Amino acid sequence: MERLPPLPLKKSLEIAFQSIRVRFFRSLVTTTSLVLAVAFLSYTQTWNDLANSLFLSHNQAAIQKLIQTGFDINENTQAIGESPKQQWLMTLALLVCVVGIINAQLMAVTERFREIGTMKCLGALDRVVLLLFVLEAGMQGLAGSLAGAFLGSIAGLLQSFFTFGSLIWSTFPVVELLQTASQAVAIGCLLSLIGVLYPALQAARMQPVVAMRMEQ
Amino acid sequence: MEHAIVRTTDVTKSFQLGDHTLEVLKGISLTISTGRYISIMGPSGSGKSTLFNMIGGLDKPTSGKVFIDEVDVAQLDAYELAWLRCRKIGYIFQTFNLIPVMTALENVTLPMTFAGTGSDEANERGMELLKQVGLDQRYHHKPSELSGGQQQRVAVARALANTPAIILADEPTGNLDLTTGEEIITLLKQMSIERGVTVISATHDFKMLNVSDEVIWIRDGRIDKIEQRDELNISVGTIDEK
Repeated sequence: MERLPPLPLKKSLEIAFQSIRVRFFRSLVTTTSLVLAVAFLSYTQTWNDLANSLFLSHNQAAIQKLIQTGFDINENTQAIGESPKQQWLMTLALLVCVVGIINAQLMAVTERFREIGTMKCLGALDRVVLLLFVLEAGMQGLAGSLAGAFLGSIAGLLQSFFTFGSLIWSTFPVVELLQTASQAVAIGCLLSLIGVLYPALQAARMQPVVAMRMEQ
Repeated sequence: MEHAIVRTTDVTKSFQLGDHTLEVLKGISLTISTGRYISIMGPSGSGKSTLFNMIGGLDKPTSGKVFIDEVDVAQLDAYELAWLRCRKIGYIFQTFNLIPVMTALENVTLPMTFAGTGSDEANERGMELLKQVGLDQRYHHKPSELSGGQQQRVAVARALANTPAIILADEPTGNLDLTTGEEIITLLKQMSIERGVTVISATHDFKMLNVSDEVIWIRDGRIDKIEQRDELNISVGTIDEK
């Protein structure tokens, strides 16, 4: 008995991209929670990066301004990082986001059971179905994280500018900000992939005979 | 003797429903030879769909064996089953089951893509198939832009994509009106004659009987009777008289 050749990656990418494009509004809703979570993450970190660079400049005026803004600075402070409360909030936001993605993707699998069953009847292997869902989630994750990181960074920059004024330009931490943004994108993609894992496995294990089922 | 494309030997199938076991198929042995047009008839709940799924390699029997092209389906691993479904069998569904995000042409070429056919060749063969079912003008339309009959025509073209040996049609006319249903039946018959493909359809549409070479009647999980074409007209006559 012969076996099927593997589906070329280019073709899988095409199918996954088409599926997102045609269901654009649906994909947008799925991605929105990710955009918001990543935006929150990168906003908080951008704000901290800028405050930290002001603190490290040892400019007395800047440090006064930081204390006025509410940063807890004393002679033992080495650097400004996230406060426990911020860390807690960020973790919560990311958790809520993953749960949201799992929920949306499970819905997508349920909605598409006939489509998945049909594909299997036409010769799609379990791993082809798995790959298609992971690719879709990867693309949504990348697009959503990029948008989120961009929005969050802009918001962080604007808030810092309105709080500290032109002081931030003197010590503008380009490298740290880029690092923060790329870290946020990476985390966003990872969350999207974690969120799709269980739904995609369920889709892959679906029996082709479900395509025959009558009810909608 | 003609080559048997599908053969089942004493196939049974039971489902576990809570505490008790429901025996849906109670020992079915049949042989289907190449190139024929077969209808499986039976009331709902007779085990018709279950038998049909066995023949299509979509379900495995509890006991007994199903051979497709003299290969025991139970012995195949996931990769070989996928190959079988892709290359040997073409499926047609009652609810058409076109992939909603793809155009008619993309739906027809999808099985070719799974089989590893290159894009250019797939598109060329896809257009040819669409032409045969009379839809080459509408190749770029999505399923939602096509009528039920047109969708089923695309599904017929898709089922023929990898020149399968068997076409399995599950109530292909169930969701269509009388005239459109007849068109699809004629199309299937025509494909069966022109391409020598074996058509097996589960149905309770009596229009199907006119084109069938053989009708297998299932009742209560067993074969009630198997009628050949020449015997058929008589029984259709008796049904009409009622």
